[in-house]
Amino acid sequence: MKYLKMIMAAAAALTIVLGVNVHKASAADPGPMQYAKALKGKRVMLVPMATGFDLAQGWMAILKHEVEGFGGIFETRDPNWKVEAGAQAITEAISSENKPDVLIAMPFDLNSYSKLLSRAQKEGIYVILIDNPANFKADAYVGGDWTELGRLEAEAVIKGCGANSSKKIGLVQGDETNATSLFQYAGIMEVMKQHPDFQVVAKPDSNWDATTSRTVTTTMLQQHPDMCGIIDFWDGDATGAAAAIRDAGKMKQIYLVTTGGGEETTDCKLLGDGTFSAVVSTELVNESEAMVAMIKYLLQSGQKPGTTPTYIYTLLSTITKDNMKPRSCWSLKGLQAIAEGK
Amino acid sequence: MTTSVRKSVVVSQERIVLALAILLFVIAALTLRGFIAPDNLISIVRSVSVLGILALGMAIVIIGRGIDLSAVAIMAMSVAWYLQMLRAGTPDALALPIALGGVLVIGLANGFLIAYADVPAIFATLASGAFVFGFVRSQLIAQDAIPVPAGHWVEVLGGIRYAGIPIEVFIFAAIAFATFLFLRYTKWGRYVYYAGDNPVAARNVGIPVRPMLMLRYVVSALIAFIAGLLTAASLHWMNTRVVNSTLLYDIILVAVIGGIGLSGGKGGVRNVLFGAALIGIMSNVMTILDIQVLIQNLIKATILLAAIIIDGLINPRDEQTSQQGDI
Repeated sequence: MKYLKMIMAAAAALTIVLGVNVHKASAADPGPMQYAKALKGKRVMLVPMATGFDLAQGWMAILKHEVEGFGGIFETRDPNWKVEAGAQAITEAISSENKPDVLIAMPFDLNSYSKLLSRAQKEGIYVILIDNPANFKADAYVGGDWTELGRLEAEAVIKGCGANSSKKIGLVQGDETNATSLFQYAGIMEVMKQHPDFQVVAKPDSNWDATTSRTVTTTMLQQHPDMCGIIDFWDGDATGAAAAIRDAGKMKQIYLVTTGGGEETTDCKLLGDGTFSAVVSTELVNESEAMVAMIKYLLQSGQKPGTTPTYIYTLLSTITKDNMKPRSCWSLKGLQAIAEGK
Repeated sequence: MTTSVRKSVVVSQERIVLALAILLFVIAALTLRGFIAPDNLISIVRSVSVLGILALGMAIVIIGRGIDLSAVAIMAMSVAWYLQMLRAGTPDALALPIALGGVLVIGLANGFLIAYADVPAIFATLASGAFVFGFVRSQLIAQDAIPVPAGHWVEVLGGIRYAGIPIEVFIFAAIAFATFLFLRYTKWGRYVYYAGDNPVAARNVGIPVRPMLMLRYVVSALIAFIAGLLTAASLHWMNTRVVNSTLLYDIILVAVIGGIGLSGGKGGVRNVLFGAALIGIMSNVMTILDIQVLIQNLIKATILLAAIIIDGLINPRDEQTSQQGDI
């Protein structure tokens, strides 16, 4: 009896202890430890085409905030629109002692970074392509589907022109090597085929330069005074096309469509004052968050770089003055303030 | 009789370019629909106005046997800095003199390096251009492209038209005329030619060669600032990416193609006007024909190369040049 009591008491005590232990174990989520172990101290490097324009500055602000948030180290390199400088920055990053764990690159064209980035993967670096596709199996491509973006632009301009217009459309392309320019063109022409009554009457290049965009648009407008719409392939130079339209006094006649990341001063403000008629937005904030998710996933996956090429396309949206909402655009100043911890 | 024959044989590059421009103009007028329309002609002149203004500055420097590779950097960065100051709330009465002061300092620094430190112009201005871009971009402005504040006089300037002709065409004409008067009728203007033709001889006869040289780079910098203001006036933005574009080569192209010899001492405003006319008509025709930018650059580069070769044949290096070197 005595023994039985003792055994029962011991059992009870054990149960309590065990019970508490079980309870404790269920409270200790193994996730954060695994997360911290995989991410802490990891280096993330961003090499955009330049660090001085709205898209790059938006990515930098969000990435800095997030990467430093998980205890990582965030770095950028500024090629300042020069492909050789970008290639050099990547080469140095690969061969440096403190190699990045994740390299995010915005290539200038389909091919020039491809070999370098494959080398980076061989060195154990995960490679994410941002916004500009390339002929290379990245661990993830994050950004717009540019063919789809072209389709949306074409649909916007067709709708903007309307059935009773001249149905003559002009394109201001970027250049002949950048994937975004080539794919946009393909998407636009696809939609144009479905609307045989609409016609692309001219398609000069701007070389992404606003002054050139203005000059070629001026000429286009003179050659085709009854034109009803223009698609300029980037908001960075579409201010030039807009200037030409303004100078010709055709702001009401010409429906100007362009694309951008949706920054307040470059997109929504210019939509508001009628400079642009529609902007197909690549939704920079969503795009950046997708990039952050991929970084966190890749660093925990333990997989070899280059194992699963993945495409994370952002949902594109066409912003016009009428459907514009307070959240349609983002403010660079606001993002930077968050990143600076203000 | 013999003299008139000899005269007609003398073909200057300037005349070739003028003939080419007229020929191209006539062919385009006959074959291209809409080319001859008054609006298109205005647009041709307008498209080369800023280029022409910059080429006038470059011409003054080249005639004095120099070259200013910092012109585009000064043009873009000074105006970007000016607009950045305005955005940050600096009153215009302060921002404009500060920006102008910066431009003067760079012009003086270019001139000083070349005149007193004996750095070849091509290296001094290449370096100062890179410095201006790097310093302004990294220290003074936040973004590649800076918008003109709404309602600011620069924005208003871009909208001014007289008889349907944009203001920059008149400013181009005014600067061209002023440059013509300076080079042709002022003592200091004539000195530019003497110094460009033979700096040592010019110095020996008592011309203040070095201060004059500094003056030319200051003038070039100021002209670049004006060109920048006009660019911003038209686009309502100043995009500093223009520094990476082919604009600098286009400026040299206009000057050299018009017949301003790179060895100095030759040419004038007329050459710039002819060069600008040819480039303006050519670019317009190529755009109407929808020729790709890559091909356009190839055509322009080929013409520049041809112009330099013709320049070498027509203006052979004399003993002086080979002893002192050109730019």
